[in-house]
Amino acid sequence: MIKEYTFPMGGLHIEKYKITADCPIVEAQIPEIVNIPVKQHIGSPAKILVSKGDKVKVGTLLADADGIVSSDVHSSVSGEVIKIEDLPSASGYEEKMITIKTEGDKWEKSVNRKPEVIKEINLTQEEIITKIREGGIVGMGGAGYPTPIKTSVPEGKKVELLIINGIECEPFLTADDRLMVEHAEEIIMGARVINRALGIQNAIIAIDENKPRAIEILTNLSKRYIGVNVKVCRTKYPQGGEKQLIKAITGKELPLGKLPIDVGCIVQNVGTVFAVYEAVLKNKPLFERIVTVSGDGCQHPCNYKVRVGTPVSDLIEATGGLSTDVHKIVLGGPMMGNAIVNTSAPVTKLTSGILLLKDENFSKKEASSCIRCGKCALSCPAGLRPFAIKQAISFNDTAEDLRKLHAGDCIECGCCAYVCPANIPLLDYCKIAKQEIRKK
Amino acid sequence: MLKISTNPHMQTNRDTKALMLDVVIALMPAAISAILFFGIDALRVILTSVAACVMFEYLACRYWLKTQNSTVDFSAVITGILLAYNLPSTMPCWMILIGAFMAIIVAKMCFGGLGKNIFNPALVGRVFLFISFPVQMTVWPKPHFLQMVSPDGSTGATPLRILKSIDASSSASAQMYSPEDLPSYLDMFLGNIGGCIGEISALALLLGFAWLLYRKVITWHIPVYYVATVLVFTSVLYFTTGDMKFLPLAHLLSGGLMLGAIFMATDYTTSPMTLKGQIIFAIGCGILTVIIRSFSAYPEGVSFAILIMNALVPLIDKYAVQRCYGEKR
Repeated sequence: MIKEYTFPMGGLHIEKYKITADCPIVEAQIPEIVNIPVKQHIGSPAKILVSKGDKVKVGTLLADADGIVSSDVHSSVSGEVIKIEDLPSASGYEEKMITIKTEGDKWEKSVNRKPEVIKEINLTQEEIITKIREGGIVGMGGAGYPTPIKTSVPEGKKVELLIINGIECEPFLTADDRLMVEHAEEIIMGARVINRALGIQNAIIAIDENKPRAIEILTNLSKRYIGVNVKVCRTKYPQGGEKQLIKAITGKELPLGKLPIDVGCIVQNVGTVFAVYEAVLKNKPLFERIVTVSGDGCQHPCNYKVRVGTPVSDLIEATGGLSTDVHKIVLGGPMMGNAIVNTSAPVTKLTSGILLLKDENFSKKEASSCIRCGKCALSCPAGLRPFAIKQAISFNDTAEDLRKLHAGDCIECGCCAYVCPANIPLLDYCKIAKQEIRKK
Repeated sequence: MLKISTNPHMQTNRDTKALMLDVVIALMPAAISAILFFGIDALRVILTSVAACVMFEYLACRYWLKTQNSTVDFSAVITGILLAYNLPSTMPCWMILIGAFMAIIVAKMCFGGLGKNIFNPALVGRVFLFISFPVQMTVWPKPHFLQMVSPDGSTGATPLRILKSIDASSSASAQMYSPEDLPSYLDMFLGNIGGCIGEISALALLLGFAWLLYRKVITWHIPVYYVATVLVFTSVLYFTTGDMKFLPLAHLLSGGLMLGAIFMATDYTTSPMTLKGQIIFAIGCGILTVIIRSFSAYPEGVSFAILIMNALVPLIDKYAVQRCYGEKR
């Protein structure tokens, strides 16, 4: 029997709804107008280099990283910059966006558009990291942490293992799954590129057992490459969480307040690894990504390759439009994603899915009183006591008290609120607690 | 119209009502064993108790607290069944009514209803009846398997009473028993013994336990730690003193231990919320049960043990904090 890896603390077995697992990736139509936000990552917004009226091509640098914790932003279409102003993003807040009117599909000459997989890496560590930076790569699993920081090992630290996160534990989402099935070799090459940047020879691709095709393809392929191995993880939400995955694969727990690198690990999402491959070996910056459009209210669920800046409404139209019984549109997965009302908001580097959900299955249920079952604490993968955090918030406890409850270590996976038989929005309380702690 | 809300956008369909219904289902094997051994009288006790509990909760919601009718969540039904299971089959209906009043109104609704009570309502009802009506609460009809009414109305002692009076020094007990009077372990396991209607059959209660585990209503920790503590504690006493009254297996299979450990110590509201707390709670229940059974004037100690530990739950909850991810072991 193959040893199956999983994390021991908390977690849930939830409905998967992976209805698009067998839908091949389809190139979405290039939109007439794209709105490209200059901040699609954690850190400071990129400095805008273009101005109104400029002509750009696919892959042209639009905005330059402002400092270390920032990222370059490239054009995803060819055409003319028609305005640069604050527009409402998916979150509802206004953000600086560069609006480009599409004309044709002319790419920068430097981009290698041939489909062949490049299997040789003739670059030094520094060259690789520079290319990752110039490609505007950020963590595509959702956090949006600039990748060049994670691929350069700081002084005094030692990395032993690169973990490639192919878990995709969120229901509905299949973008990573399809990427692994259709671009397995590229992902392995991407892993080798990052391995070289880190100066190690040890990468593990962690895949959830509910992705048999991806496991088969990658296992067979990885045998041909030294230093890249596949490990199958037993399905449990939220296995894709960085801390949970490290525990599952290595058995090591990140001490409180430490980073993965402190236990010798770097975790990269498969989408990021693919983007690294394209940026480093094909000179193609990150301006498109795979987006799963799905949900019980979606008429033709599909996995699309989408140019960054494409309005969400375009993709909804492409899958058959918004039917009247859809009551919620969620960007990301149903556990951690955000509900949006503004469908003109653009797809960004971090948009993994667009879900159209019906009310009867995905509405918030009315909360009743806590029956003290303790299921929230039992299911918390961070080992917190959400019920105690809720109490502390209700009683207006100080930030110091909240810190004692480790509320700041909540990973916002939503297990507590999912499992609560009284439907108490426990995650909301945890988020409030995190804010209170941050304020101080 | 599009809605927005915070994540998660999925919620379990195992809500309070679903969990409570599973507990009701888990209690059914014991109801069958009760009716098999005590006939129509057992059914009368169960129905009276359930009806009274639901009625009191409904009235309290409607006329006193003026809140939504909370009987729909089935928790009052569970309290009713558990109260009935803790009574002998000969219990008069009007006494059951008083017990139900104490359970629902005093122990539950006075504290604010489901989730807010400190003590297990069914046990409060039982202990009140036990103290107020000691005679009726200690008359144990002999089991009459498959007969709707007792053929001769004869009564007998429960295994725990027998164990208690084996002790030569306890002259308080008028009637003396010898170890031979104890029913066989098979009878104790199946339920062919005297006792409260719901506690007699360990088999039926274990079936219910299996259902609760299968449906993930509870984890195994409280029942197993509780029973194991009783087993270990009585074994230590038995093998060090050699006194027959500590006979470990007899303690395990008789009295309300199984019923208490599986269904009453695991009550969500009145047990600690973390696993660590639940284990402390269960061990405490076990130790208190053996102490009360062995050294007090009462043969049975499960109800008192659980009620005492109920009182300690807030304290346990405060200190029994689980280790969070990344914290040193």
